[in-house]
Parts: sequence; C-alpha cells; structure tokens
Amino acid sequence: MDTIFGIPAVALYGQLMLGLINGSFYALLSLGLAVIFGMMNVINFTHGAQFMMGAFVAWMLLNWIGLGYWWALILAPLIVGATGVLIERLMIQRLYKLDHLYGLLLTFGLALIIEGLFRNYFGSSGLPYRIPAELQGAMDLGFMFLPNYRAWVIVASIVVCFATWYVIERTKLGAYLRAATERPLLVQAFGVNVPRMITLTYGFGVALAAFAGVLAAPIYSVNPNMGSQLIIVVFAVVVIGGMGSIAGSVLTGFGLGIVEGLTRVFYPEGSATVIFVIMAIVLLVRPAGLFGRA
Amino acid sequence: MSAKPTTVNRRTLLGTAAAAGTLPLITPLRAPRAQAANTIKIGVLSDLSSLYTDLAGQGSVLAARMAVEDFNPGPKGFNVEIVAADHQNRADVGSTTARAWYDRDGVDAIVDVPNSGVVLAVNQITREKNKVMIVSAGATTDLTGPQCTPNSVHWTYDTFSQPAGTGRAMVAAGGDTWFFITADYAFGHSLEANTERFVIASGGRVVGKVRHPFPGTDFSSFLLQAQGSRAKVIGLANAGGDFINAMKQAGEFGIVRRGQKLAGLLVFITDVHSLGLETAQGLTLTTAFYHDRNDESRAFNEKFHPRNRGIRPTMAHAGVYGGVLHYLKAVEALGVAAAKADGAAAVAAMKRLPTNDPLFGQGEIRQDGRKTHPMYLYEVKAPNESRGPWDYLKLVREIPVADAWRPLADGNCPLVRT
Repeated sequence: MDTIFGIPAVALYGQLMLGLINGSFYALLSLGLAVIFGMMNVINFTHGAQFMMGAFVAWMLLNWIGLGYWWALILAPLIVGATGVLIERLMIQRLYKLDHLYGLLLTFGLALIIEGLFRNYFGSSGLPYRIPAELQGAMDLGFMFLPNYRAWVIVASIVVCFATWYVIERTKLGAYLRAATERPLLVQAFGVNVPRMITLTYGFGVALAAFAGVLAAPIYSVNPNMGSQLIIVVFAVVVIGGMGSIAGSVLTGFGLGIVEGLTRVFYPEGSATVIFVIMAIVLLVRPAGLFGRA
Repeated sequence: MSAKPTTVNRRTLLGTAAAAGTLPLITPLRAPRAQAANTIKIGVLSDLSSLYTDLAGQGSVLAARMAVEDFNPGPKGFNVEIVAADHQNRADVGSTTARAWYDRDGVDAIVDVPNSGVVLAVNQITREKNKVMIVSAGATTDLTGPQCTPNSVHWTYDTFSQPAGTGRAMVAAGGDTWFFITADYAFGHSLEANTERFVIASGGRVVGKVRHPFPGTDFSSFLLQAQGSRAKVIGLANAGGDFINAMKQAGEFGIVRRGQKLAGLLVFITDVHSLGLETAQGLTLTTAFYHDRNDESRAFNEKFHPRNRGIRPTMAHAGVYGGVLHYLKAVEALGVAAAKADGAAAVAAMKRLPTNDPLFGQGEIRQDGRKTHPMYLYEVKAPNESRGPWDYLKLVREIPVADAWRPLADGNCPLVRT
C-alpha cells in the first residue's frame, strides 16, 4: 500500500476530506465575521452564540411546529438574522463612534447572556437532531466512506461563500456597501440609506452564522456550548486570513480545516493548538493577515 | 454623551479579560462568613456551565439538598448549609475555590467534583487543610490508589468499575481487538489504562489508540482512524458531551453498520436522553444507579426530577445524595465539633459506619476510601421497547462487589497496610 510519511495514502485522503468539511464551517463562520467587520468595523463576538441559535431554532421548528430541515435552512437564518437586526438597532448602533473595543465587549457580553439563557432552559448535554431523510446514507469513495450529509455541507458552504463574495465584490449593491464603508457621508448624499444598509449587513452576517448552525445541527450535538467551542478557532481563522477580507477568510477557513485535519493524523494531541500556532506565526510575519491590506 | 477620547489599549483589554475570568470565583466567596459552631457546611464543587452540567451540575446541588432534607439535622442538634460553585473544568479554578472555601468560608466538606484533573488538585488541598472530600462524578482510580488520603472518599464509580462491567462484557461477546478514542486528560488516560488491562487479561488485544483534545467537537478524524484499524471494538474513553458527539458521528460514518462495535466506557442516563434511542439503542453501559431499578430509586426519582427541569437523576447525582447522607450520619456519631475540627476523623468515622441508604443499599467504605456497592450492566432499549419518557434501559446483570472494584491490595494506596 502507498504511504505518505508513514501514513497509508488512502487514510490521508480521508483525513483531507474531513478537513475540508470542518473547513466548510470555519469558512462560513469566518465569512460572516469578515462581512460584519469589513462593512461595520465591529468585532462580533456574539457570532458563536448566533451559530448556536441557528441550530436551536432548527430544533424548535422541528419539535414545536413540525417544520423539517429544509424549512429550517431558510427560516432559521431569517429568524436569527432578525434578532441580529434588533441587536444592531437597539445596541450596536450606539457604539459606532467609539473604539472597536466597546463593540467587542458588548457582543461578548451578549454572547455570555444568550448562552447562559439557553443553558438554563435546555441544559448542557444537547438535543438530538436527525439527518434529513434525503441525505441519509453514504457513498464509498474507495479511500473513505463519505456520509452524504457531509458532502452536502461542503457543497452548501462553497455555494453560499461564493455567492456572498460575488454579491459584495462584483455587484452594484456590493459596490454601494463598500463605498459606504469608506465614505458614509458621501454615499448618503447620493440618496442611499446608509444606516439601513449597515443594519441589514449585520443581519446578513448573523444569518450566515445561523445557516452554519443549521448545517451543524445534525452533525454536532445541539447544545448551548457548541458555538463557544468553535468561535475562538474561527477568530483565529479571521486573523490569519486578514480582518475584513472576504475571499481571504473563505480560503483560510478551508485551508486551516485541512491543516487541522492533517494534524489529527500526525499528532492528534496538537490538533486543538495548531491553528493558534499558525496565527502566531502569521502575526509575526504578516501582521495584516495573509490576504489583508495593511 | 461626552466626547471623551477612548484610550483603551491592549494591556487594559487583557486586564479586563483576566478580571472577567475571575468573576465566577467571587460568587462563592459572598456567602456569609459568620458560621455557628454547630453548622456543617458542604460545598458542591461541580461543572455548572459546560459539558458535565447535566450529568452532575445543578442536579448534584439538588441531590445534596435532598440528602440534608432526608437526614433532617435540626432535631439532632446541628445545622447543615449547602454552597455551590462552578470549577469550569479547570484545576486552577477548582483549587482556588477549594482554598477559599476551606480558609475563609468555613466549608467542612467538598462533594461531587466531576473532572479527574480537578479531583486530584482538590484532593491535595483537602488533605493539607484536614477537611473532607466525597467524590461522586470524578472517576480516576488514582484517588484510591497512589494518591489516596485519609481525607477522601470515592463514592459512585471509578475508572476500574466501568470497564469491569462494559469491557469484560464486550470481550466475552467476542470483541477481542480494541481501538481507543481517549479524552486527553487524567480521566481519559486512567479509563483507557484500566480498560486495556481488562482487555488483555481477558485474552484481547489493543491495536491502536488516539487522544483527542478535551473538550472536543469533531470526532470524525479519530473515528476514521479507528475504522482504518479494523479493531472489532472502538472504546470511547470520554464522557458527557464528548461521548455524545463521538457516538452521533459514529452513527453518521456507519461504524456499527460496517461491523465494528462501540463501547461507551462511562455513559450516563442524560447521554442516552441526548442521543435519543434511535442512535443509542443496543449500547451496553455500566452504572451504579438507574432511576427505574427498584422502588427506592423510583421514589427518589419522583422527588428529584420535578425539581431538576425534568432531568432524571444520574448515578453521579445519586452518589452525591448517598455520600452526603453518610457523611452527616458520621458527623452525628462523632459530634459536630470533632467532625469540624478533624476531617480525617470524620472520614475515619465514615469508614467505621457501614453504609446504608435507599439508593445504594448496604455497603462499606474501604481503607483506601473506596465505597463499594454492586454495579449494574444495562443495555439501551430499542425505541419500540420504551414505554414512556426516560424509559431507556434494561438490566443485563448485576456485577457483584467482588468483581466491580479493584482489589484493595492492587491500588498501591499508602493507607493500606499489607
């Protein structure tokens, strides 16, 4: 059997594939963070809690109203996005004139409150959520046994990431958004409602987190801590990719998922740390991040 | 709002973050400092915010309260007060809380303590301060082995009793090659080592192992390695949220459908509830307590779950109840003043008294601090066998005391004179 660094090649391909799947979540979450930071200069620490809310809303839709996975994929981002709009209107909007840190502290506090409330109500061991019937089963790729659902996660994530990048970088709406970030007063003078656009941008970033949450619900246990376990890694991804760079955060997300997957083969104990080691190195060599504009 | 320039630099931010980290410590310190000489104060040190919250956590606090209610100390001439704190699964936080409780707040005994790392840290402090520690949710056998002290009692289960049931049963059923997926800290290492001993002693073989960061989220890489090893049994040496995620993802990757068996080495009823019977059916597990085992456990459950958000008592909760009840009996026998002054004397009194409570029946506490009672091997029911909410397990067999616990002479506990 072929081996690469002493590991059978087929096993390695399997781990690369798994890395890509984890990378899908990193990419979706860091994309939302990058959109929010890039357009609003807010470091959204509530992102993990909003990811968790997405999964919980999917669970509630199923168990309280009887709406299944596909509905949840559309409705949960809308519902959680709407709560994001409320948070932006009622709280974050008041902090734009202040230092970044105030936004960071506010959203961090909100995350703690939201997670505490969910934990109080739902406990910590998590709720079951089944893989939708259409995506059950798996295919044999020869080198690994790939569950259909995981394949769907990769596809959904790539499509959403590409669409978001396209809208922001290549359409007129995206041009307005980017212009509003650079010169809000001038854009407003042209008759564009900038505050509303910013509010909706935040809502959109939050909706992306919730979308990732729905995707995660059938794989991970739906529990109040699911976001806080992921969000620190995702922040590292954003820092490595370069704060505010849309394409950078997506590419870095997938790339680091793969690096982490490989670490799990060669040195499993280090797999929780490897991303932070990379972050430290990148900050030393390129403080603006791999894709950031200094 | 004044337009004051904001000058928050990185150092201030780090300071704020560090200060925020210590916030949970302040809560337990707020308890009134004045303590009557005839009040016994029990601190429930548990995980109140993370992956072990449902299997221990607030339920353990409730179980301690119920033990006090059932003991009814008033007519016996003393008071009992319960305090609680979150150790966040961090040995440093657990140690700081234990020191503050013993030194400043007059806590006489610490109970529960999920997370073996925290257990071993608090164990040393308890001995140094001559207090009492009764462990229920913590699992490491080191507590009654090389690190045993005259101040600690290990009540419910340990990393020997778990594989003694599940490990032996799996090997006997033909699962003679094993691959371990192990939580990378004291508990996982101890559980893995003890299980490995059982597997080898029963004629089996360990073909591989992998250690995952604690707590973990994604287990698919490790499961794939386990799959590649072609071991007949994949031993999950982890617990709570880690175990749940690993099981769920094993289902997704078709581990069982492709002929490998999963062995959950420390499984709680709350884990089964979270997984759902669809995913968990057929799983073999070893437990010290099941709420539907007999009339006493059912009566306890009926009083317990309405006060615990409907969550049924786990064996960790039952152990806190049994441990606190027995401790209070020992305090009564010894006298409050003597029990408060000398933790080792209180534990010695606990060892002298035979144990007898509604949840564990009759038993004893050995010289090394190990409380003994029968364990039970259960199997998770299929969805169509379950008659109602939380009706999850069927009894396979009882594991007698002689088989369930590590022999006294094998633990290398310095307290055991040979």
